[in-house]
Amino acid sequence: MNTTRRQLLCRTLGLSASAVFTANNASAKPADVAAAIKEIAAGSPVGEGRITLKTPGTAENSNSIPVSVTVESPMTKDSYVESVAIFAEGNQKPEVITFNFTPASGEAYASTRIRLTETQNVVAVAKMNDGSFFSASSPVEVGTGSCAAEYK
Amino acid sequence: MARPRLKLPKQAAAGEVITINTLLRHQMESGLRTDKEGTVIPRNIINKFECLFNNTLVFSCDIEPATAASPYLEFRARVEESGTFKFIWTEDDGTVTEAEEAIEIS
Repeated sequence: MNTTRRQLLCRTLGLSASAVFTANNASAKPADVAAAIKEIAAGSPVGEGRITLKTPGTAENSNSIPVSVTVESPMTKDSYVESVAIFAEGNQKPEVITFNFTPASGEAYASTRIRLTETQNVVAVAKMNDGSFFSASSPVEVGTGSCAAEYK
Repeated sequence: MARPRLKLPKQAAAGEVITINTLLRHQMESGLRTDKEGTVIPRNIINKFECLFNNTLVFSCDIEPATAASPYLEFRARVEESGTFKFIWTEDDGTVTEAEEAIEIS
């Protein structure tokens, strides 16, 4: 059996490889995001569509990734988007930001910049004032050699 | 405290949906990083942003550490009358930064 550099390093230090090299992988799982969405929706079905979630696709700087979200809605007193929550499936904590709208927003649109530790899906969940929910997701490829290690 | 940067039109037509850009310089310390000694650097972020027009809430955000440093926000507002936009940023340590900008309906 060939000894890899990783195994050799661990043996020298008297540690198990998994203990050292998986310690930093305490990131959220897609299941955590699914659970968070279930909690927001409180049993209501979450539909597809109506949301346009824009991400750069490939990000060089993991500490500042532009994300914008638009939800189709007339934004009147009778029919408007209450909130849009953004989640990151691969971050240590999946919550990123929640935008709260009112009919005075005119349009359910918001844009900001986010931090992602690794290549993963960004998920948006919109809550309408009639109690219905919609979600959308977008993959983001995060470049290696960025500041991911700094933001664990 | 740094002065917030705002970008919005000074004039608009009644009922127009305008775009507002805001940015407040802030390190947004995540609370997940450690220093050289291995001690966790305490979290200090801007956790809440609010935009009011003539004292009525238009847009707000609940912000988590995964939002980038110096949070930049772009959003819309429908203006029906002349008035003043008020922007409020609240930090974990209770620091509040406020800014105001007037808009005229032509």
